Amino acid sequence: MSNLALLLQDVLQEPQLIDWEWIRENFWEDIVPAVQGHIFLSFVSVALALVIALPVGVFSARYRKVYPPVTFVTGILYSIPSLALFAILISIPGVTIGPAPVIIALVAYSLLILIRNTVAGLDSVPPETIDAARGMGLTNRQILFRVELPLALPVIVAGIRIATVTIIGIATIGAYINGGGLGQLIFDGISRQFPTMIIAGAVLATALAIIADLLLLSLERYLRPWARAGRT
Amino acid sequence: MLFKILEVYARPDFPEKLRQHVLLSLAALLVAIAIALPVALLIRNTRLGAAIAINIGNVGRAVPSLAILALALPLLGIGFASALVALTALAIPPILINASTGLREVSKDVIDAARGMGLSGGQLLSRIQLPIAAPVIFAGIRTSAVQTVASATLATFIGGGGLGDLIVEGYSSRGPEILLAGALAVAILAIITEVGFGALERVFTPKGLKIAQKRGS
Repeated sequence: MSNLALLLQDVLQEPQLIDWEWIRENFWEDIVPAVQGHIFLSFVSVALALVIALPVGVFSARYRKVYPPVTFVTGILYSIPSLALFAILISIPGVTIGPAPVIIALVAYSLLILIRNTVAGLDSVPPETIDAARGMGLTNRQILFRVELPLALPVIVAGIRIATVTIIGIATIGAYINGGGLGQLIFDGISRQFPTMIIAGAVLATALAIIADLLLLSLERYLRPWARAGRT
Repeated sequence: MLFKILEVYARPDFPEKLRQHVLLSLAALLVAIAIALPVALLIRNTRLGAAIAINIGNVGRAVPSLAILALALPLLGIGFASALVALTALAIPPILINASTGLREVSKDVIDAARGMGLSGGQLLSRIQLPIAAPVIFAGIRTSAVQTVASATLATFIGGGGLGDLIVEGYSSRGPEILLAGALAVAILAIITEVGFGALERVFTPKGLKIAQKRGS
């Protein structure tokens, strides 16, 4: 108990846990670009991952034999700790430190979630609906784009939401290999022993993740009009 | 290159780093279980409790692991102990959220049937609710374990030791073999954790549930 009291005393007596002066002075030069860099890294990574995951997901939903090996490989990628994956990537000859290897790693992390949700979304489309579409004379391609994917969209967006929140968190670590973003503030704060920068980076990265979560959640709800109507 | 990497593993300080990494992860996981499970049990019958657990889980998912570890530095100082506290904080949300939803999702009919057979509150918990919720609880522990092993790599940034030390050493001294040796060791440890806990999860799934899963119900 006395230890805890001492600790609290320490924290409270810490001369300036948050140095507002620094935040005011460095807002435009340091903080805003870090936020922008972070949004850029996360957005580009999730977008690229979608470009890969959607076709792979559609293919895996059609040809079921492909699905287990796909989830196995992306599952292994997903379980490799990010700092290790960054280190492995920059060890590859020709890959230099910077945003590129960070984006590659973030794409790799998004794949499992996005592919899994694409398949789950397509699976959730009732077979009767597809039969009806076929009866109306739609081709396979038309059924995919006009019936299956629109109906699967809420589940796919749910995947995008989980992937985005995960990616925003992991992107902070990318600053270690010069990827930029809010992690830069955290790492600079650690090396300068300056808590204000650590707290600024941590709070803003968390806020970004929560905002992205809420935005995508409302998109998900918007795309599920039948659920809204059916709610009592 | 391969030979050089193996040389790193033969270094006298490698077993110590590995030991630190495992100890840090395991201790954080055990403390997190010791905190999250009783809390989940306490709040299992209250609506408010469930809402709190889910919100803690969601916020926990949004806070970057690096942020928690870095914040431990100004608050708790440098070293193994503050890394342990940070990792424990990171390990709690997945366990809490799964344990809480797992216990809650035990079907009312099953509980009614058990009550009708004359089971007391304690028996209901130990013979019905816990076994049925076990796979979900274990899934939470597995998520948490894999995440903790990964986040323990970051302990090096606040002087907590572990295999992350090798990655930092290799990166800052431009020693590609040290960098890669550290990264591969961490990756393998994480995959072993994932696979190992997956096996444990199957062991802890009651026989009856396995049959039900096979039937697809």
